[in-house]
Amino acid sequence: MHILDRRLNPGGKSLGNRQRFLRRAKALVRQAVRDASAQRRIREVDQGGEVSIPLGGVGEPSFRRSGSGGVRDHLLPGNKKFSEGDRINRPPSGGGGGNEGAEDGGGEDAFRFALSQEEFLDLFLEDLELPDLEKRKLTDGESHALQRAGYSTSGSPSNLAIARTMRNSLSRRLALRRPRPEEITALEADIAALERSREDPEKLQALRGELERQLRRAQRIPYIDPLDVRYRRFNEVPKPVAKAVMFCLMDVSGSMTEDMKDLAKRFFVLLFVFLKRRYKHVDIVFIRHTHQAQEVDEDTFFHSPETGGTVVSTALEEMAKVIEDRYSPDEWNIYGAQASDGDNTSSDNARTAALLTDRILPVCQYYAYLEVGRDGDSLPIGFINRETDLWRTYSRVRADGITIAMRKVRHRREIYPVFRELFQRSPQGTAKEATP
Amino acid sequence: MSIAALDGDALLFKGVEWDFGTIRRAYEAIEEIAIGELGLNVYPNRIEVISAEQMLDAYSSTGMPLFYKHWSFGKHFAQHETLYRKGMRGLAYEIVINSSPCISYIMEENTATMQALVIAHAAFGHNHFFRNNYLFKQWTDAEGILDYLEFAKGYVAQCEDRYGQVAVERVLDATHALMSHGVHRYPRRKIPDLRSEQKRELERREHGERMYNDLWRTVPGKEKQAPDLTDVQRRRALLELPQENILYFLEKVAPRLAPWQREILRIGRQVAQYFYPQSQTKLMNEGCATWVHYYIMNRLHEKGMLGDGAMMEFLHSHTSVVRQPDFDDPYYGGLNPYALGFAMMQDIVRICEQPTDEDREWFPDIAGSGSGIAVLREVWANYRDESFVSQFLSPHLIRKFGLFHVADDADDPKLRVAAIHDERGYRRIRQALSRQYDVAHLDPDIQVVDVDLGGDRRLILHHRVLNKVLLDEGDTRQVVQHLADLWGYDVVLREVDATTETVLKEHVASSRHVFG
Repeated sequence: MHILDRRLNPGGKSLGNRQRFLRRAKALVRQAVRDASAQRRIREVDQGGEVSIPLGGVGEPSFRRSGSGGVRDHLLPGNKKFSEGDRINRPPSGGGGGNEGAEDGGGEDAFRFALSQEEFLDLFLEDLELPDLEKRKLTDGESHALQRAGYSTSGSPSNLAIARTMRNSLSRRLALRRPRPEEITALEADIAALERSREDPEKLQALRGELERQLRRAQRIPYIDPLDVRYRRFNEVPKPVAKAVMFCLMDVSGSMTEDMKDLAKRFFVLLFVFLKRRYKHVDIVFIRHTHQAQEVDEDTFFHSPETGGTVVSTALEEMAKVIEDRYSPDEWNIYGAQASDGDNTSSDNARTAALLTDRILPVCQYYAYLEVGRDGDSLPIGFINRETDLWRTYSRVRADGITIAMRKVRHRREIYPVFRELFQRSPQGTAKEATP
Repeated sequence: MSIAALDGDALLFKGVEWDFGTIRRAYEAIEEIAIGELGLNVYPNRIEVISAEQMLDAYSSTGMPLFYKHWSFGKHFAQHETLYRKGMRGLAYEIVINSSPCISYIMEENTATMQALVIAHAAFGHNHFFRNNYLFKQWTDAEGILDYLEFAKGYVAQCEDRYGQVAVERVLDATHALMSHGVHRYPRRKIPDLRSEQKRELERREHGERMYNDLWRTVPGKEKQAPDLTDVQRRRALLELPQENILYFLEKVAPRLAPWQREILRIGRQVAQYFYPQSQTKLMNEGCATWVHYYIMNRLHEKGMLGDGAMMEFLHSHTSVVRQPDFDDPYYGGLNPYALGFAMMQDIVRICEQPTDEDREWFPDIAGSGSGIAVLREVWANYRDESFVSQFLSPHLIRKFGLFHVADDADDPKLRVAAIHDERGYRRIRQALSRQYDVAHLDPDIQVVDVDLGGDRRLILHHRVLNKVLLDEGDTRQVVQHLADLWGYDVVLREVDATTETVLKEHVASSRHVFG
C-alpha cells in the first residue's frame, strides 16, 4: 500500500477544459455578461462574478428515451395505503412520482457559474478599442521614461553595474588562475610552520619560491581590470500617460426622467469599465447641471432630484475649471461624456459651442455626447427628425471639422450597440465619425 | 503513539485530526479485518490525499485522474464549483478508480473517522468488487487503463496541434453523443488489453509510412466491378450488420473519415466500454462497499480501536448515506442504490445465519447455510444488478421497504397499482424491479441495420421501441445529426415497435460535411 500526498501537485488541471468551454459558449456567456453588468454600480461593474446561461446552448445530447408517453413501470418504496388494483390520479407534474435514473442536473433550465474578473472583462469589451488614442499621445510625446537596456562598457560612474562587473572580474580571475588570498595565507602558514620546526629546509625553499611566484602572479593579474567594468545602459522611451479622468456631465433638470438618467448611467458605466481596462488609474468626476453646475458624488449624481432651467455652458465651465485645478492635460488623459435630453436655453447655445471648441475639446482625448429620449416618442408625427437645440449646436461644432461623437438613444437595449459603434475596432483606426 | 501503547490504549486515533501515520495505522487495522476476517481479494492499494479543488477536477472528467481535454469537462467543473462554493452541495468523500494498483482519492478535509470509513469503503469494498466481479473481469483491463488514458490524452492533444482544436472538438462532440451506443454488449473471445492498443496505433502508422510509395498512385487500376447489389445478405454480412455498436461501425466502415478521426472514435469506444460494467452493477457495487465498511467499522469499534465518539460520527454519516426516503417524501429521488444494496447484503447474511421459515421456502440454497460472508463473496463475483435483484430480493425486504409497483400507461388517464408487498405481489415486484436494472432498460436498443450502397449511401438505423416509449425528440435530432456528419451521407433512424414491427417515427439528417 502506498499513500501519496497529491495536494502539492499543481492545480488548475482543468484550465484547458475551462477555456474550451468558454470558447464554446462564447455567444451565450457574452450576452449573460452584458445582462449582469447592467445591474451593477459603475465602480463595481468589472468585478467578475456569477453569470447564468441557458442550458440548451451547451447541451450534451445522447440517445435516451423521452420522459413521457408509452407504458412504464414505477417501483416505489414506502407504500402506506395502496392495495393491488387501486387506481391513482396522475401527479400534476405529469412525469409520475418516480422517474428512475434522474439525469444529472436535469430539470434546471439555466446553468450558473462564476467568471473571473479577467474573463468577465474580456467578454464584456471584446473587439473594442480606444479611437485614435495611442497615436496622438505618442506624437505629443512630452514625457519620457528611462528603460533598462542591458549593459555597456562605458558610462557614468553612477551607473556602474557592480554585480556584473564583479562577475566578469571573478571569471577572469578564475580563468587566469590568479591565486586566491586563502591560498597565499595557507602558503605563508606552511612556511611559518616549517621555519619554526626547522625541518626539511629543501621543502621550505621550494615553498618560499612558490609563494614568491604566486605573489608576483597576483600582482600581474589585477583584481579588477578595466576590462571587467560594466555600466547599466538606459534607453529613453516615450511614456504613455497611464492615468485617465472621465467627466460625466448630465442634465438633471426636471425634463430628465429617471429612465433617461438610467440610460445615461449605463453609458457611463460602459465608458468607465472600458477606460479602466486601458489605464492603470481612472478618476471619475460627476458634474450635474441645471441652470447651474456642480461637482457631486455618484449617488447624488444619479439619484437626487433637482429642478431648474437648463444652461449647458455652466457644466462645461465647471469641467474646464476642474481640469485646470486638478487634471493637467499633460499628465491625464481626459475623457468627456455628456448626457442630456437636448434642451438648452437658446441664448446659451453660442456660448456652449464656443466653450466646447476653445476650452474643452483641445484638451480632451475624446468627447461623446449622448442624447437620451423617451422610449416611444421616437418619431413624433409631423416632426420627422426634429433636432434639439443641443444637437444642432454640436452638429455645427462638428461641421467645423472638430471631432465629437454624437448619438441618440431611446431604449436601454440601444446603449450597448451605440457604445460598440463608437469604439468599434476599425481597420484604419479612425472610427470617430458619427451619424445618429 | 508510544504513550498510547504504554496506556494499553488500542485506539487508532483520537479526535478529528489525522496525519499520514494515522492513515497508515488505520489502513493496517482495516486490512487485517478485510483480508483476515472477510477474506477479500483486492488489487494493491494506492491512497492519494487530494484537496477540494483536485476533487472537483477529478469529478469533472468522469473521475479519471487523467483525461483528454474537452469543453464538457470544463462545463461540469464550473457547475460543480459553483454549487460547492455556494455550499449547496458537498463533495464526495472519495473517488476510487478501477485500476491496478487501485487508486483511492481521499479528501484532505475529511476527519480521521471519515478517512477510516473511506479506506474501508473504497480501498477494500469497491476494490474487491472491481477485482472479482465477472463483468469487470470480462470488460475492463485494470492494469492497462491508466496507460491507455495517458495515450488517449496525448493522442488527442497531438491531433489538436495538428488539425486544430475546433476540428478535434467536432469529432469528440460526435463521439460523446454516441458513446452510450459505443459498447459491445456481448462478450467477445478476446480479453480486452489496452496496452496493445497504443502499440497497434503506432504500428499502423509506421506501417503506413513504410509502405507509402507515390508510384502506386500512377499505376492504372483494374476497372472496379459493380458489386452484386441485389445480394442484401452478402452485403450485410460484409458490413457485420446488424451492428449495435454504432461507434465501432463508424470507425470501421464510415467512408469519409480520416485515420485520426477513426482513432478518436476508437478512444471514445474504449472509454465507454471501460465504464460499461459500472452502469450495470451500481446497486451491487455500492451495496458491497457499504456493507464492507459497515462491517469493518463495527469490528474496529468492538476491538476497541475506534472510540465511541468516532463510532457515533461514523453511524451518523452511514445512516445518511443509506437513507431511503419514501416515494411521497420531498427528498425522494428514486431508489437509493446505497440503501437497497446495503439492505440486500445485510439481508443475505441474515438469511444465511438466522433464517425464518419464509426464507427457507424462498432461498432453500442459502438459508441457514451459516456463513453469510462466503455467500456474499460468491454473489459479488457472479451477479450483476439485474440477476442479483431477481435472485436475492426477499419478501422480508420488500415488506421493509414497502415496495409497490405502479403501472403507468400513457393511454390510461389513471395510474394502476399493479402489485404491493403481499403474497401475490412479491414475485411480481421482484421481477419488475429486476427488469429496471436490465441493460435493455438502461439504454434504448438502437442498431445499424443497413446501408443503401446502390443508391445514395443512406445509413439506416432502427430503434426497437420497448413499451411504446420513444426517444427524446430534441436530443435525438442532435445525435442523428452528429451521426450523419460522421457518416458523411444521409442517415435515417426509424423507431420500430418491437412487437408489431410498425414504424412509429423517423428521424432524418443530412451530413453537413464537416469531417472532410
